[in-house]
Amino acid sequence: MFDFLEGYDLLGSFWTTVQLTVFSGIGSLVWGTLLAAMRVSPVPLMRGFGTVYVNVVRNIPLTVIIVFTSLGLADTFHITLGAPDDLKAQGFRLAVLGLIVYHAAFVCEAIRSGINTVPVGQAEAARAIGLNFTQVLTLVVLPQAFRSVVAPLTNVLIALTKNTTIAAAIGVAEAGLLMKEIVETEAQLYATVAIFALGFVILTLPTGLLLGWFGKRVAVKR
Amino acid sequence: MAEVSVTKDAVPAADELVVLKNVNKHFGALHVLQDIDLTIARGEVVVVIGPSGSGKSTLCRAINRLEGIDSGSISLDGKPLPAEGKELARLRADVGMVFQSFNLFAHKTVLENVTLGQIKVRKKSKAEAEEKARALLDRVGVATQADKYPAQLSGGQQQRVAIARALAMEPKVMLFDEPTSALDPEMINEVLEVMQQLARDGMTMVVVTHEMGFARSAANRVVFMADGQIVEQATPDKFFTAPRSDRAKDFLSKILHH
Repeated sequence: MFDFLEGYDLLGSFWTTVQLTVFSGIGSLVWGTLLAAMRVSPVPLMRGFGTVYVNVVRNIPLTVIIVFTSLGLADTFHITLGAPDDLKAQGFRLAVLGLIVYHAAFVCEAIRSGINTVPVGQAEAARAIGLNFTQVLTLVVLPQAFRSVVAPLTNVLIALTKNTTIAAAIGVAEAGLLMKEIVETEAQLYATVAIFALGFVILTLPTGLLLGWFGKRVAVKR
Repeated sequence: MAEVSVTKDAVPAADELVVLKNVNKHFGALHVLQDIDLTIARGEVVVVIGPSGSGKSTLCRAINRLEGIDSGSISLDGKPLPAEGKELARLRADVGMVFQSFNLFAHKTVLENVTLGQIKVRKKSKAEAEEKARALLDRVGVATQADKYPAQLSGGQQQRVAIARALAMEPKVMLFDEPTSALDPEMINEVLEVMQQLARDGMTMVVVTHEMGFARSAANRVVFMADGQIVEQATPDKFFTAPRSDRAKDFLSKILHH
C-alpha cells in the first residue's frame, strides 16, 4: 500500500525537521529569555530595543524572514554562517537563524507574562538582601517565571515544530519539502498528506503531554 | 507644620546610624513624606506608629531605597544612600528588611532562603552559609523546618524564617514593615518574642507596627506619624500616658479603649 514511498527518505526528512526544531527551540529559548530580561531591565535603551524587536518581528510573516535569510543575508550580504560552499549546511543554518529570530519574540512575551506572575515582594526581598539586578532576575524572578510559563512555552514549541516546514522555501530537505515533492510526483495525494500529518502529530503530541506533566510538577506553590 | 519634639536624650554624633534629613516624597499628588527629619542611634529600637496612609511604611522602605525619595538625604553609618547600582546593593545588604507579607523565595527551601544572600552577596562557602543558617533558624525556633518550602509553613514560621534570612546578612540595622499585620492572632506572639529577643541583644531596629504592647515593652522611642509628618516623638511611657499632640491623643483614644 505504501509502495509509492519507496526511494523517498521519509525518516531522513523528519530527522531534519527534528534537528531544525531542537536547534531553533534552544536558540529561541536563550534569545527570548535575553529579550524578556531586556524588556524588564531598568535601562531605557534596552527596554526600548526589546519592545521594538518583539513588535516588529512578530508581525512579519515567517516566510518573509526565512526567505530573507537566504536571499538577503546569504546572497546579498554573503553572510553564510560558516558554510559558503556547502549549500545544504548553509540552508539549514540560515533556516535555524530565521526560526530563532521569529520564535524568540513569542518566547519573550511568554516569559514576560511569567515574570508578571511573580509577586513584586519576591524581587523586593531579593533586592533587600543586596542582590543586584542580574542576580534578582536569574536567582529569584526567572526561576519562578519559567515554572509558570511551561504551558505557553509548549505552545510556542509546538508551533515551532510545525513552522519548520517553512524552511522548505529555501530548500532545506525537511518533511515539508519532501511532502511537496511526493505530492507532485505520486498519485496518492490523501495517503501522502495523511502520513505527513501523522508524522507531525507523532512529534508534537508527546511533547505536549510530557511538558504538560512537567509544568505541573515544577509549579511554584504559594 | 506640627511641632516635633524629642524627649530622648541627645545621642552623640558618632553613634548616629541612620540619619534622615528633610526627606520629601510624593505619590502623584499625595505628599506622603513631608520634611522628615529622623535620627536613629546605634542600638536604638524605634517604633513607628500612626494611622493607615500616614507614610510610616514608605518611611521604612525609603531607608533601604525600595522607595526612592524626591528630595532630602538619607545616610547610613555616615555614608549617604547611593542612587543605584553596586553601591546601593552593598548598602542594602547592611540593612535587614522584614516585610508584612514575608516574601520568602517561594521556589527555594527554608535553608536556601537563608543561605542565598550569604553565598551570593557575602561570598561565603556553602558549608559556612548553611552552618550559620541552621544556627539562625534554631535561634528563631524553626530549625526543624529547614528543608521545607515556605508554602508548607505557617505564617508565623514564615515570618521567623524571614527574620533569620535578614539576620544572616549581619545587618547594621533591621527594618520591620508591619511584620505581624498579616498573621493570625495566635501567631503574632511567636514573632514578637523573636523581635523582643533581638532588641535585648542590642540590634538597631526600626519597627512599623500596630502592636502597642511591643511598642511599650521593647521600644526606646515611639515616633508617631500622621499625614506624612512626624507629629510626635517620645519614650513609650510618656507617649502612651501623656501624648501631647491632639492627633496622637485622638489616635490613641481610638485604639486603646476596647
